[in-house]
Amino acid sequence: MARGSTITPTSSRPAPRRPWLTHLPIHVALLMTAGLVLLPYYLMVVTSLKPVREVFTDPFTWIPSRLAWENYVDAWNHAPFGRYFVNSMIISASETAGVLVTSALAGYAFARMRFVGREVLFTLFLGTLMVPGEVQLVPNYITIVRLGWLNSYSALIVPWLASVFGIFLMRQFFAGIPQELQDAATMDGASHWTFLWRVVVPLSTPAFITVALLTFLGSWNALTWPLIVTTTPEMRPVMVGLLSFSGEWGTQPRLLMAAATFSVLPVLVLFFALQRYFIQGIARAGLKF
Amino acid sequence: MAAQDRTDRVLQGAPSRPRRLRRLSENAEAYLFILPAALVLAVFNLFPILYAFFVSLLRWNLIDPVRTFVGLGNYAELLQDPRFLSALANTTYFSVASVAVGLPLALVFAVLLNRTLTGMSWYRTAFFVPYVTSLAAAAMVWHWLYHPDQFGLLNYLIGKLGVSPQRWLLDPGQAMPAVVAVAIWSGLGRDIVIFLAGLQSITAEYYEAAQIDGANRWQVFRYVTLPLLSPTTYFLLVIGMIGAFKVFVLPLFLTQGGPLGRTFTVVYSLYQQGFQYFRMGYAAAQAYALFAVIFIITMLQRRILTGRVHYDT
Repeated sequence: MARGSTITPTSSRPAPRRPWLTHLPIHVALLMTAGLVLLPYYLMVVTSLKPVREVFTDPFTWIPSRLAWENYVDAWNHAPFGRYFVNSMIISASETAGVLVTSALAGYAFARMRFVGREVLFTLFLGTLMVPGEVQLVPNYITIVRLGWLNSYSALIVPWLASVFGIFLMRQFFAGIPQELQDAATMDGASHWTFLWRVVVPLSTPAFITVALLTFLGSWNALTWPLIVTTTPEMRPVMVGLLSFSGEWGTQPRLLMAAATFSVLPVLVLFFALQRYFIQGIARAGLKF
Repeated sequence: MAAQDRTDRVLQGAPSRPRRLRRLSENAEAYLFILPAALVLAVFNLFPILYAFFVSLLRWNLIDPVRTFVGLGNYAELLQDPRFLSALANTTYFSVASVAVGLPLALVFAVLLNRTLTGMSWYRTAFFVPYVTSLAAAAMVWHWLYHPDQFGLLNYLIGKLGVSPQRWLLDPGQAMPAVVAVAIWSGLGRDIVIFLAGLQSITAEYYEAAQIDGANRWQVFRYVTLPLLSPTTYFLLVIGMIGAFKVFVLPLFLTQGGPLGRTFTVVYSLYQQGFQYFRMGYAAAQAYALFAVIFIITMLQRRILTGRVHYDT
């Protein structure tokens, strides 16, 4: 896991090599806290695999007598989770694709084109970051109702097809591409459009991955907006599905924990596969997406 | 760029025809590039900011075609609504507690992790996982962890230490601290990662100078690390408070705002008024009140703290 990390914890001080033993207290302290932080994950997975009779026991059952995989089947079948997953996939994938395209285009214009009103527009966009998203909930809901979009993919996707954070990140990245490249491309008769897709985009893979990951994550985990604009189970994404599921099956932790496990799985897999981009993105931008 | 600017200015008096055309077409092209993002942002981001204020001046349930203009009536009602006022107090309690405990905790772990030892990036990953886990799923797990009798894992663990089972989320006094704990658990990794980035940007010369002056480890931390880290701390404090004031998903899943309304928050109230009672105007007024509170707190932090933030030049 250490491999490929871009922000490697390096001490700024040139530390003399000490024997491993002197670091033992630090390792013990960190190991214990990391264990505490991960304890809820253990509880989630172990409960999801417990036979019914081992869920409510005193003392607590740390290791189930057998792995009750049927809990997953039960949880999956007690609610339309298949449908929820398809919805979430459609919503998160479209949103991510949309944000990448709109952010790349706008970011390019702000970084590398000269036009009247550039600073004003950019400031206006950035200014919206100061307003808590809750301010837009009521008016956006009214807009969705007026458009007749309640319970539709449009309501869940369209409002999120552009992201100020995405535009900002792309602009920062594109601004760092050497002017000589653009001059050479212009000399060869390339338009802005060609230069963007043929030169800038291939050079900006890290920026694209970071924006894509953070957008996907935010979309998959989003709750408030989908909760408001969906009333039928057919249109619910996974997280809203979880809310109704926890209301219905609240007395059966083994089912709840099985549902929680498969709901977080896609994002956790993505995180472990590409964690350096996640951590880099958060460290650099620090913004909640 | 500078040379180009100069030629532009020289030519500004009498731009030749093809040149003006070219500039016009570059402008048009740039607007086309921005158009898709601008369209979405205008409709769902900028316009709603103004429209929300207009709606906050109405009494309107969305279904009824009649919209009554009530001026600042909704805001006046807010100030006398005990449920909203207690939500505001609860939210303030949550925000102050989660930031006041979470931020120092993150700093401690960031300092511990800021060294070249094997395993450090593994620990960092462990702390970071909760941040990418959906709050909804995490809250479900914590709800089970906080189970109020001897079957709950937490009660089992404190039982080992000889403490009797607690009611946690069902106890009016313990519920909010329990919610705060989940929030800290969830956000710790992000704060650690940002603190680490800040720690690594401090140049080694400062530490060398302190060492030459004979400073001990605590003195180095207190008089070198802490001041040079203050821009990061200030940034985390500001975004931490802003994020905390919007708390909603945790009480929704953990407590439904109870017990006795002790974990009922501002955004929970907004959600209830707007999307369960369909009082659009009143909900919009609550959103603007939240905006105002966040704005005031951010400005206060700026006023009080900017003098103390040291920017390394």
